[in-house]
Amino acid sequence: MASKNMMNEQMVEQMVELSNIRKSFGKLEVVKGIDLNIAKGEFFSLLGPSGCGKTTLLRMIAGLEVPDDGAVVINQQSMNGVDANQRPTNMVFQSYAIFPHLNVGENVAYGLIKQRLPKAELRKRVDAMLKMVDLDGYYDRPSYALSGGQRQRVALARALILEPKVLLLDEPLSALDKKLREQMQDELRRIQRTLGITFILVTHDQEEALIMSDRIAVMFDGNIAQLGTPQEIYDKPVSRRVASFIGVMNFLDGKCVSKNKTNIVVDVESLGQITFPRDMIPDDTSLDQLCVGFRPEMFTILYDKKDKAENEFSSIVKNVDYYGDMSYYTLSLPQSDKDIMVSMRNTSGRYVYDLGEAIRVGWRSSSLLVLN
Amino acid sequence: MKKPSVFLFTFVIIYLVFLYAPIMLLPIFAFNDSSIIAFPLSGFTLEWFVGLMSENTLHRALKNSLIIAVTAAVISTCFGILTARAMARHDFIGKRPSFGLIMAPLFLPEIIIGVALLIVLIQLGVSLNIWTVILGHILICTPFSVSILYSAFNNMDRSIEEASLDLGETRFGTFRRVIFPLVKPGVIASILICFTISLDEFVIAFFLTGVEPTLPVYIWAQLRFPSKLPSIMALGFILLLLSLVLLAVFEYYRRKSEKLIGKS
Repeated sequence: MASKNMMNEQMVEQMVELSNIRKSFGKLEVVKGIDLNIAKGEFFSLLGPSGCGKTTLLRMIAGLEVPDDGAVVINQQSMNGVDANQRPTNMVFQSYAIFPHLNVGENVAYGLIKQRLPKAELRKRVDAMLKMVDLDGYYDRPSYALSGGQRQRVALARALILEPKVLLLDEPLSALDKKLREQMQDELRRIQRTLGITFILVTHDQEEALIMSDRIAVMFDGNIAQLGTPQEIYDKPVSRRVASFIGVMNFLDGKCVSKNKTNIVVDVESLGQITFPRDMIPDDTSLDQLCVGFRPEMFTILYDKKDKAENEFSSIVKNVDYYGDMSYYTLSLPQSDKDIMVSMRNTSGRYVYDLGEAIRVGWRSSSLLVLN
Repeated sequence: MKKPSVFLFTFVIIYLVFLYAPIMLLPIFAFNDSSIIAFPLSGFTLEWFVGLMSENTLHRALKNSLIIAVTAAVISTCFGILTARAMARHDFIGKRPSFGLIMAPLFLPEIIIGVALLIVLIQLGVSLNIWTVILGHILICTPFSVSILYSAFNNMDRSIEEASLDLGETRFGTFRRVIFPLVKPGVIASILICFTISLDEFVIAFFLTGVEPTLPVYIWAQLRFPSKLPSIMALGFILLLLSLVLLAVFEYYRRKSEKLIGKS
């Protein structure tokens, strides 16, 4: 494992390397010694609740905040002592920070003016960039006449026109409505693939991080709790905290009853004894107090009498949340007053259960996870 | 809408009469064809305005006042910009005390400032001229400038400045290309209000002016001659109009400043 990782490290060209980054504001330490490498061309997300230090970390990469300790290396060059205006990074701010006294074209050309290009060349590049962000013909539009989505595009164009090595995005979509947000998610992804620039996105929206990123770092309290691909983070969360932050997860109590070299048998609350592979359980887990989790979509409702599952139990629908494409059922477990959530896709013609109806639920022991 | 009570209505009328009736006398007697300031009015004339044209001392006083007002307005606004910016964006030891000291002239009686400055200047052996008046006026104008500009600097979205830095601009370039254009209406408003304050100011100018009087000092000196009174009325009327115009322009820029900063 170790040697394989080292091989990977050498083969992948790193764009941003952070080592032991620390930052305090007054007595409050907001970033607590973060080590992180982000590869060239990667779409990377820093995901966490507000106050977890993700924005501060991003601002230290941009040079808008100076770390108390540790090193920031971008494109193999140390950034210690390098000001924000000298770094190969550009940022899209949460408030977009559009210059209100300049029109759209002047906003986009703002950083480019320093390069003293001929007027025609400058105009050509601004127009090309406006086209890229779908603001063709908006050059002379005053910035106060823009909608939220358009402001966002101007902020994006203004940053991208300088051809940064790394584009930093600080919650860029949080102010947009749902439809526009989804459209911009696709568009950001498309632009990132086209240009091949490293994108670092700060977000508190787990869905957004899952959709857009190549890799995600989940942050809590100034530390990275888990680093991995969206699928790794969703399927194999390392802790109960990560699991409950990303998507919906049902939690059950468990207790180890026996173990051998390869397997461990856990007595799970109201589901009975289940055998898990030994390597699924982290070494430092207390075996008397285990947490077992599963996602709502990992259990299935058995609609037909003929449907069979590895294990099954009967229950009664306590609540239905109908989302159109999906239904989320709240059920109680057998011999327990604990509620769990099970989701089903509403494929055409499938019956949607009502409150109080009896249902059968099927599940497989491989759907369960043991968490820290 | 509730109908106002008789008491409140009367109170407002009395208030307005006391406040503005004396000022209304200015235009009335400025155009009255008599050298005695008393009713009944005797007829319409422009004589007093024409007379102002040939008063050489008045012209010198006006010139002095304009030089003083423009210089004091520009310099105190520069100080105002620096102070407001420092207060809005920087933290340093002694921030609050120094802010308090800069704003103090707002609450100190002008006569105290005038006398104190006079004693210090005489002790230092400085001869009194228009520069000593400018010095005194900067002292009293700067707090006004700071209070106008502070909100402009403070309400500006911090990330606008950061965006400029992030886009490769230097700190000075950021001030020139982003911060200054955004606070410019505030700066103009500050210059106008400082100009008006300096132009009207009497007490400090009276103490610190040497042989070159300012306009208010000139007016005060003329009050000794009853025959000059109608001319003073005419002059006062012109100054009143000028102040109103300046204040209207000031208010226009102050609102523009709020709008520009608010939008960002």
